[in-house]
Amino acid sequence: MVDLFLQQVLNGLTLGGVYSLVALGLTVVYGIMAVPNFAHGAFYMVGAFAAFYLTSRFGLNYWAAMAAALAMLAERLVFRPLRNAPGLSPMIAAIGLMLFLQAGAQALWGTDFQRMSPPWPGVIEWSGVIAPIQWLLIIGGAFGLVLQLFLHHTATGATILAVAQNREGAALMGIDPRKVGMLTFGISGALAAVAAALYAPINLIYPAMGQIVILSLRPQGLFALEARTS
Amino acid sequence: MKNSCSFGWLALFALGLVLPLLVHNDYSLTVMSTAYIFALATVGLNLITGYTGQFNLAHGGFMAIGAYTVGILTVDHGVPFWAAFALSGVVCVVLGFFVGILSLRLRGNYFSIFTLCVGYIIFLVIEKWDSLTHGVVGIIGINAPPGIGPITFDSPRSLYYLTLAFLALGMWLMHRIVDSLLGHTFVAIRNSENLAQALGIDLMSNKLLAFLISTFYAGIAGGLYAGFVRFLGPDLASIDHTFDMTMYVVVGGIGTLAGPLIGALAVPWITQYLQFMQDYRFLVFGPLLIVLLIFLPNGLVGLYISARRRLSDAHVRAASRGDGHA
Repeated sequence: MVDLFLQQVLNGLTLGGVYSLVALGLTVVYGIMAVPNFAHGAFYMVGAFAAFYLTSRFGLNYWAAMAAALAMLAERLVFRPLRNAPGLSPMIAAIGLMLFLQAGAQALWGTDFQRMSPPWPGVIEWSGVIAPIQWLLIIGGAFGLVLQLFLHHTATGATILAVAQNREGAALMGIDPRKVGMLTFGISGALAAVAAALYAPINLIYPAMGQIVILSLRPQGLFALEARTS
Repeated sequence: MKNSCSFGWLALFALGLVLPLLVHNDYSLTVMSTAYIFALATVGLNLITGYTGQFNLAHGGFMAIGAYTVGILTVDHGVPFWAAFALSGVVCVVLGFFVGILSLRLRGNYFSIFTLCVGYIIFLVIEKWDSLTHGVVGIIGINAPPGIGPITFDSPRSLYYLTLAFLALGMWLMHRIVDSLLGHTFVAIRNSENLAQALGIDLMSNKLLAFLISTFYAGIAGGLYAGFVRFLGPDLASIDHTFDMTMYVVVGGIGTLAGPLIGALAVPWITQYLQFMQDYRFLVFGPLLIVLLIFLPNGLVGLYISARRRLSDAHVRAASRGDGHA
């Protein structure tokens, strides 16, 4: 009974660790760019597929960079031209992007469920509680901490916070808001990819995987950002 | 100007009337009727999203509620079709009222996200509540709409006219709403909530009214869908339908009367030609949506209006040049 309880708590925390990474990426973009990025779940999905194919086929570990590049490209091509459009437009554009990425993943990789072998060593058992994935918790927490330190204790992080507080004011101080925008999207994409790659081995990879995550995360993500930007 | 506009509408309606005489295969008529049903729902979505500026993502869910109202009442409880059909709009409005008073307290993105979740909850309820909705099996064997007097609805052609009649009625009603003081109130809310409030407009009651009218359209469209397709599955409530309808609104022209109609009729026809792509059609439509938003934010209707303006400008310029020479 106690074992079961502990196991569930651990599972919950692990899942929470992964979700918090995705939510962090979502929040960063919404809080700083004020873009409700419906395509974030799709970035997460693309990150998972990229991790799956690049590591299994080529043994490469550039998947996070790839998803970050994709997110930056999306910022440049989709969200920057819509910067001054009415609020509805970026939201609908994000949906278009999401549909495109999902259809693209389906066309490239098929609708089948894929399974990825875990890149980390063995299962850890401790008095009946199995913790195969406790690494996720640690990594999830570490990324949150690193991002916090990056935002509050580096000059680049300070420029991001400055743009979040006041775009015009930051521009007057010599910060290029467009560069910050791309950087923000890059961070967000990388976070989604890391979360996806961590979660993929304990779950399945399929083109619609982003939708579920985004639906469950959206409310938390958005309420959290109020605290972040203020 | 006013006359040319209503002439255009009449021409469009006449084209709809003679279409079955020109097209002789039932398949095209079925495609067109389905497009009309979704056009009716899209026109409703445009009222809350386009005119009032509240991006509602639960619209497909409400359409499904309307459809399931007809399906459950006629199949499981033996209620006559037309009575159930009349109820489909009412049920949507009643449920929409409770969703509306909660969700409309939120502004902007928060409203969209709330309604996104509402749409998903509607989908889950329909999928999981087996005893009421038959779950994933769906509702099979819904009767076709029974005839009214001498008119019967047993052929694709008569069903086509039925959907066309409801679409025309819906468009006329929407035209009356949008051109009234109420419609201008909605636009005022879209343009600036603070300004509208300063002018003495009660935000909550007006937004709620727009939301309820849009859910009513969704419910009626759903009821028609149930009578037309005669099979219902939980997929009808999936978010994809809401996204489809949003796409129609954007392609046609958001916040215009003709926009959702044009979008909802044009996109399914393009989809027919992209049939070979099946699920991959969003490879084309996704980027198309983004390109439209960036370069043609007012859709096809906006393109038409700006083209006409350019034409009349050219006329004026030509006329003034002519004066200079003379």
